[in-house]
Amino acid sequence: MSQSAASTAALPDISGHSIVAERYWGRWIAVAAILVVLAALARAFAVGQIEWAFVGQFLTARAILEGLANTIMMTIGAMSLGIILGVVTAIMRMSPNPVLKSVAMGYAWLFRGTPVILQLLLWFNLALIFPTIGIPGIWSARTVDVMTPAVAALLGLGINQGAYTSEVVRAGMLSVDVGQYEAAKSIGMTRLKALRRIVFPQAMRVIIPPLGNETIGMVKLTSLASIIQFSEILHNAQNIYYANSRVIELLIVAAIWYLAVVSILTPLQMLLERHYGRGAGVGR
Amino acid sequence: MTNIPAATGLRPIVSIRDVHKSFGSFKAVDGVSLDVASGEVVCIIGASGSGKTTLLRCINQLVQIDRGAIWVDGELAGFRIDGDKLYHLPETEIARQRLATGMVFQRFNLFPHLTALENIIEGPIQVRGRSKREAVEEAHALLKRVGLAEKANSYPANLSGGQQQRVAIARALAMKPKVMLFDEPTSALDPELVGEVLAVMRELAASGMTMIVVTHELGFAREVADRVVFMDHGAIVETGPASQVLGAPTEARTSAFIAAVLA
Repeated sequence: MSQSAASTAALPDISGHSIVAERYWGRWIAVAAILVVLAALARAFAVGQIEWAFVGQFLTARAILEGLANTIMMTIGAMSLGIILGVVTAIMRMSPNPVLKSVAMGYAWLFRGTPVILQLLLWFNLALIFPTIGIPGIWSARTVDVMTPAVAALLGLGINQGAYTSEVVRAGMLSVDVGQYEAAKSIGMTRLKALRRIVFPQAMRVIIPPLGNETIGMVKLTSLASIIQFSEILHNAQNIYYANSRVIELLIVAAIWYLAVVSILTPLQMLLERHYGRGAGVGR
Repeated sequence: MTNIPAATGLRPIVSIRDVHKSFGSFKAVDGVSLDVASGEVVCIIGASGSGKTTLLRCINQLVQIDRGAIWVDGELAGFRIDGDKLYHLPETEIARQRLATGMVFQRFNLFPHLTALENIIEGPIQVRGRSKREAVEEAHALLKRVGLAEKANSYPANLSGGQQQRVAIARALAMKPKVMLFDEPTSALDPELVGEVLAVMRELAASGMTMIVVTHELGFAREVADRVVFMDHGAIVETGPASQVLGAPTEARTSAFIAAVLA
């Protein structure tokens, strides 16, 4: 590839030329096409048989807002239960103790192996198996009184979530180099202290994106609890349209609220990721 | 820190007695006995797979031995003696025993989510239960000692390999161990960074610290070690003063190894 001095001298001098910015014609055409499609869709919905006035009216109806609150509370409750169970199960699964390991694997097998809707129905109908529950001689209650729709939904969704979260947490723990465990041990830490102080803070970087995914999934999964009469937002929207037949309007109301909740969660996840990204890469 | 002059302490602080360790059918350590006196610097040399790293990791119980005994600072590592029986110690006791030793790893193993200073104070605060103020004060002194006073707030990712290893030495020293264990501390470093780590280790040896160093740095061994141990196939082949083992080895395997390293 050697160039002779003569041919180099023959090249044109372009040192005074300016670089013309790229035009990206394809992108402009795509944007135009998308706008046309969106406009057509907007027109279709505008002239379609939707009473938008009802959507606005029911968006802040008392039953809808109560349903929204229940959806949010159930998401927080079930995810909290799921994360606690998931972390405990992952630690058991990673422990050298074969008994703990087997219990953890059995739990994940059982709850990942059955549909969550079936689990919800089982919890809700627990009274059919055990009419009363409690600790013999100390406390007991009728199962139907204890197993309200909210309790059944919390247990059903949370315990099912724990089985999935345990695998997310385990992946995070596996992502941390074995040298980190050894270094923690070498300064006298026990296994649990090493996990809490050294391993989990590093594992969080790997755990948070899928966990954010699962939290967003849970917002919508709570709608499944409508079948056991838990009054979350979809359940309440359905109750309203059973009475007034405004099916589409109320489904749109529910959709707007689901989108709103999920939109708030995304930036929260980014904040968490930034916190646990400390020390990763350069620039800090 | 005890300031016993090198090689004068007669009380062995580490006593290894007929230790065996296998991984599957591979005999990593095959009947090793070794005494290390307080204040002594012992360098263990040998080819890869000769068992020197495994032996080092047995001393602080990162590896559990199959047979034999290891005594560190008067305590039997990993077991409680009751009559003529040995009982496994619980994890908390093993963690406490590990405080007698400080470990420096080949790949540094600094905690990447913590700054240099936070790496050093983590053990004293979380394990020793020291106050944060005290721990920070001592950590700054240690960082100064390893020549990194200005890097206290740097994350490991922003430090060179040599700087990371010096922080790792400071982290181990912060726990005030009786013995420092070094597992090929310069093997993962770029050649131009080896010197700064060896300089810190040299200073540490001069201060009277008991050190067991697994290394390929024969120059360092010749200059700093009170005793050199040559291992091959899991066993000690030859041990003696550095000048003798490195300068006039009596075993053919030792001279072959030294010739291969220097070639």
